[in-house]
Amino acid sequence: MFEAILLTVMTAATPLVIAAMGELVAERSGVLNLGVEGMMIMGAVCAFATAHMTGSPYLGVLAGIGGGALFSLLFGFLTLTLVTNQVATGLALTILGLGVSGQLGESFVGLAGTKLQPIVFPVLSDIPFIGRVLFAQDLIFYLSIALIIGVNWFLFKSRTGLKMRAIGDNHGSAHALGINVVRTRYLAVLFGGACAGLAGAQLSLVYTPQWVENMSAGRGWIALALVVFASWRPWRILAGGYLFGAVTIGQLHAQAFGVGIPSQFLSALPYAATIVVLVIISHNRRTTLINTPASLGKPFVPDR
Amino acid sequence: MVSSQDQGEPSLLSVRGLTKLFGTFSACDGIDLDIAPGEIHALLGENGAGKSTLVKMLFGVLQPSAGQIFWQGKPVSISSPGQARNLGIGMVFQHFSLFEALTVGENIALSLDPKISLSKISQEAAALSHAYGLPLDPNMHVADLSVGERQRIEIVRALLQNPKLIILDEPTSVLTPQEAERLFETLFKLKAEGRSVLYISHRLDEVRQICDRATVLRHGKVTGACDPKQETPASLARMMVGSDVAAVHREELGAPGEALLEVSGMSVAARTPFSVSLKDVALAVRAGEVLAIAGVAGNGQGELFDALSGEYPVSDKDAIKIRGRSVGRMRINDRRLLGAGFVPEERHGHAAVAQMSLSDNLLLARAHSDRKAFLSGGFASVIRHGAVRSAAARICQAMDVRKSGEDPAAGSLSGGNLQKFIVGRELDRQPSVLVVNQPTWGVDAGAASRIRQALIDLAKAGSAVVVISQDLDEIFEVATSIAVISEGKLSQAYPAGELSLERIGLLMGGIHDSTQHASHDAAMAGEAADAH
Amino acid sequence: MRIELERRPRASTAFAAISPLLALVLTLFFGGLMFWLMGKDPVATLYTFFVEPLFDVWSLHELVIKAAPLILIAVGLSICYRSNNWNIGAEGQFTIGAITGSILPVLMPQWHSVLLLPAMLIMGMLGGALYAGIPALLKTRFNTNEILTSLMLVYIAQLFLDWLVRGPWRDPQGYNFPKTISFAPEAILPELLDSGRAHWAAVFAIVAAVALWFMMRFMLKGFEVSVLGQAERAGRFAGFSSKKMVWFALMLSGALAGLAGISEVSGSIGHLQPSISPGYGFTAIIVAFLGRLNPLGIIASGLVLALTYLGGEAAQLSIGISDKISRVFQGLLLFFVLSCDTLILYRIRLVFSGNKTEAGAQKNV
Repeated sequence: MFEAILLTVMTAATPLVIAAMGELVAERSGVLNLGVEGMMIMGAVCAFATAHMTGSPYLGVLAGIGGGALFSLLFGFLTLTLVTNQVATGLALTILGLGVSGQLGESFVGLAGTKLQPIVFPVLSDIPFIGRVLFAQDLIFYLSIALIIGVNWFLFKSRTGLKMRAIGDNHGSAHALGINVVRTRYLAVLFGGACAGLAGAQLSLVYTPQWVENMSAGRGWIALALVVFASWRPWRILAGGYLFGAVTIGQLHAQAFGVGIPSQFLSALPYAATIVVLVIISHNRRTTLINTPASLGKPFVPDR
Repeated sequence: MVSSQDQGEPSLLSVRGLTKLFGTFSACDGIDLDIAPGEIHALLGENGAGKSTLVKMLFGVLQPSAGQIFWQGKPVSISSPGQARNLGIGMVFQHFSLFEALTVGENIALSLDPKISLSKISQEAAALSHAYGLPLDPNMHVADLSVGERQRIEIVRALLQNPKLIILDEPTSVLTPQEAERLFETLFKLKAEGRSVLYISHRLDEVRQICDRATVLRHGKVTGACDPKQETPASLARMMVGSDVAAVHREELGAPGEALLEVSGMSVAARTPFSVSLKDVALAVRAGEVLAIAGVAGNGQGELFDALSGEYPVSDKDAIKIRGRSVGRMRINDRRLLGAGFVPEERHGHAAVAQMSLSDNLLLARAHSDRKAFLSGGFASVIRHGAVRSAAARICQAMDVRKSGEDPAAGSLSGGNLQKFIVGRELDRQPSVLVVNQPTWGVDAGAASRIRQALIDLAKAGSAVVVISQDLDEIFEVATSIAVISEGKLSQAYPAGELSLERIGLLMGGIHDSTQHASHDAAMAGEAADAH
Repeated sequence: MRIELERRPRASTAFAAISPLLALVLTLFFGGLMFWLMGKDPVATLYTFFVEPLFDVWSLHELVIKAAPLILIAVGLSICYRSNNWNIGAEGQFTIGAITGSILPVLMPQWHSVLLLPAMLIMGMLGGALYAGIPALLKTRFNTNEILTSLMLVYIAQLFLDWLVRGPWRDPQGYNFPKTISFAPEAILPELLDSGRAHWAAVFAIVAAVALWFMMRFMLKGFEVSVLGQAERAGRFAGFSSKKMVWFALMLSGALAGLAGISEVSGSIGHLQPSISPGYGFTAIIVAFLGRLNPLGIIASGLVLALTYLGGEAAQLSIGISDKISRVFQGLLLFFVLSCDTLILYRIRLVFSGNKTEAGAQKNV
């Protein structure tokens, strides 16, 4: 019973963790992409459509990643090349994503999906308790863990990651040192898009293997809040993501058991929790100032 | 071609006719410069003389508009900092190009070969920093370091690339005397190893102490080349600020009246990690007086202005008095109602909004104090655009503001014309107290003299004027008394006639009267005496 | 090839005027391309989408009905965005306004009075304003980003409405449909003309737009909004408070969104139900930008965006394209508006590598 609940929590947390990891990298480079929701839903529809048409959920995963990444390129072109307002452009990306995905997904509504099956590691999965939880999961779960380890290594051990953090801290100085600010940011935005797309693929191939319009239901926005919650540190995304996953699943179970609280109030819990968490994290101005990448959201036009 | 200099010794770096234009303004105008191997070469000049522009071109941050750079006799075009580093030029910026959120080791690694591992860089940096007497912990975050320690990172970062020429931009402007002393030792070590140093400064004593040769810039042009050890501070100063300093003619202002602005015991904590705290500031300005506050940039001038203007009121209401009223806790508009006017340093985004018209920018400073003239409709506060526009036109006329169109955007005016407007907007209401921060910074000569004249005229008419400035020409031109701000501390005010250029230079360098700050000045005074 | 931006010495007034039109043209072009890819005749489809609805009295009324809430919300948002406060939760404020405005007709159905409607409208505005006050409080008091909080509050508002109409406020005689009782005639916003359904919300929208245009153009408050939005430090120099501005901008836009909400429920629907808006609060963001954040421009852009809703419905009926296509048009439009606005401040140059001697050197990482 507990094991089953834990498994559902992980399934609910995985898309949040993945999307937040992507956004974390983008924000570490100084780009605020509010289009996570849009990229996520694009990933979901691309993944579902591809899996449905080819019958291969793995091709679906690839399509989800590609869809999200391509879509993020649009954001990159506007904010990095044309230096448009990042907040407004991110909103545009979300609105466009919800529209385009609804249009693309029109003919898939109500169709049975292709579920991504778990990959069971033979011996390891027999370990009592943790075996089923950690070693009999689907590909995307494993990817989410690999992402955290990989991003953590990339940001704090690799030279390119160091450059990326430097750009996020002070793009003027980074430019003066000869680091290519715009190119690095393009890559970061692209990575964020790929992650959001993967998170979307998880929604339409694992979490609820079907296509429903607006099925991301604000998860992209919660992922954005998670990045703030995690103070831009990868491992804290894992903790925050699972906390939110637990809240989501907890309220579902509470609804099923009929605890006497209206289901809508329980459904609102993750959103209310997001607000509470944001307030707690941001009320200390000094720590916020120190943790936030200093050039976040600021336009950069190199002078020559 | 210029592969050798006058003495026949080959130059490490030569510069011929180097020019940088920003629009029509020439920041550098036909600069010639030669640096020999193994010498410490001073580049002297006031703020805005073109020193920073010149070195940015040498380091590939800016591209010259004309002229040629020669490296070891060969013509080179330095198009990026990376290329400058490859040639063997290292740079220590005045405004450090450091990343606060990263560690010391990471900051250093960013400018080095990516193939070397971070831990190896950290080791080398630690070893090197100890060898040159600049101790550093590679694992510390830059945000937690003092300014002096930050500068060490920049120096070590430059040294790790084994440069032949190291450029230091105003390195001691942010250091304590003890730190500066240690820096000089490092520079002598570098010189002994045969490296060259281009040392940019406006501090005469230290240039005379450590430099072998000096090139002096003024208004973007070379005004002198000399051996600083053969010169006196006064002769160097004359090259730097121009020989016309002594010749300035200032009209007598008549006997001063009652004190209109008084500040006593005002201490203000630093608002951000990057600002300076004010320490026990006291001053008094009487009717008919112009008090000039001199000082090197970043010593608390902005913070002093914020406190005086009431943009950031202070906690003690008696710390500031305007016309006898305690105003410490009042906000800027209430102080304006008492007859005070203010002109901030930064024109764009503080004194004026670039995208807005001149009349809107007039309203910015005077909507509250001139409510009756500029607003109508009672509670609704409808702007009387006609009245504001004609007032703006009146100001433009009075200050001879040259503009295109009837009421153009502030951003479309040249710096000098916009500054005339910003000053004129306050003068127009004949304030009894006027506080001006850097009235003529980056302003052409014509506009500058116009503005200075207006400030003198205002004082003559019976107002108290405070001019915060880094420009010594200006200070001697307008001041009846002079005080100097250094590290958030303000010296006592001296009558303008009693202060020599050298004396101000000493005060700016933190050498206060022994009665005031005995401990830390004894060392400096001794050092200055040695140099003489 | 590479694109470089060069800042213009001053903002181009020509491009400021052309930019929204250019964006419209580009959107139509790409929309036509999209129809063509879908195997439809692009010209005929665009005609059905954007022109046909304009020749029919019924659909003109529908156009006004849809434009009114968009304009009401968008003029409020324009004040927010001009003052650099990013309220994107207008949909939630719309919902709460609809709820608080409906308290009287739902809970006191016996009260028949001419005062009922004005009271409903005022309560709707109050509800929207207070709901927008939450992100304002969190921003000024706890330094919390208003973008995320205002958006989260949208979901909470929608769930709250869902609970109300399925729970305590459900019509006992409503055959278990999730809706409240139908409003009394006194609680219905009257129609403007005999020829169709368009109601008074349109008048509110025009009044609000003109009033806020007047404020921005002629009043000190409008000046304060612009100054604080463009240069906070200059605003401080002028003695304006940016914290008070957060409250003012958010609560004003919340009140207008709330008014739009209760007007929609009272004038178009006649009762509360789980879904009362086809995303007006989000579409209004596009309306605000397309109108270049100018209240009068927003009247025009509100009509354009309303047309995309209407065209979507028309296209669904006559050509068999999903009405989701309107969302695509809306998103495309916002993208092109933002891109074209770059031309106002910058000159765009295409640089071909190799033409410049430095081009290669500048490419190092």
